[in-house]
Amino acid sequence: MKSHTHDCRAMLADLNDYLDGDLPEDLCAELENHMRECENCRVVFDTMNKTIYLYQSCGREVDVPDGARTRLFSALKLDDFVAPGN
Amino acid sequence: MNETNTTEFSLELLQAGDRAEFARLVDAYYTPIYRLGLKMLGDSADAEDVLQNTFLKALQHLPNFEGRSSLSTWLYRIAANEALMMLRKRRLTIPVDENADDSDDDFIPTQLTDWCCLPEQEFLTDESKRHLDLAIQRLPETLKVVFLLRDIEGLSIRETSEALGLSETAVKTRLLRARLHLRESLSGYYGERLNAENAQ
Repeated sequence: MKSHTHDCRAMLADLNDYLDGDLPEDLCAELENHMRECENCRVVFDTMNKTIYLYQSCGREVDVPDGARTRLFSALKLDDFVAPGN
Repeated sequence: MNETNTTEFSLELLQAGDRAEFARLVDAYYTPIYRLGLKMLGDSADAEDVLQNTFLKALQHLPNFEGRSSLSTWLYRIAANEALMMLRKRRLTIPVDENADDSDDDFIPTQLTDWCCLPEQEFLTDESKRHLDLAIQRLPETLKVVFLLRDIEGLSIRETSEALGLSETAVKTRLLRARLHLRESLSGYYGERLNAENAQ
């Protein structure tokens, strides 16, 4: 991407649609051709793909604190339904 | 898209004030709503406030819910608004121009190290996970909320646009910018890991 060519900018603009599978076939082919010739864009594509993969792999790993569900049910005056989960 | 499909819930019962049905809805969504709050605000007590306010508002406004979006998208909308409001109260960095993140200014990637070849165990160590979270925390709020809804919670572009009251084009633009920012940040971090690996 050092050279900031028109193709590199176009690649960036289409990157999301390509990664999300929403890019039309002819534009996919153009983008893939460009990446074969442009090492920087290939690196950006691969590391972007990996970035999204990493977030999707562990981004949902969150522990809700002990008692938060009970406090929530209590705030909603649903104390009588608190038993099943906690 | 989410852990639970909201079509499993009876809108009729919910709008009639059925407490058991509302409790089921809360049980299905309290984890993702807490997670959104935590990743938006970076603080568990604030995330719990978002969680409680979201469901209190949902309870209050359910009778007026028209079903133009799914229940889950509606809950995410309330939660995202709550989190953004709390951030504004904290007076953290909010762009003066809300549309600034939709500008066509080119974001040119500067980190061009290919770190994908790192050993697999390097990617999700506890330290790496902390860096992933830190990188999200550093995003401008308007990009962060789009990224969290789309890439973490798994909403579609259309659902994200409904939840945030943005056009689909604006969502796509913000998502690209968020992903580029995060890639840049992770490239700095994993690039160093790669250098350390190669130096051994």
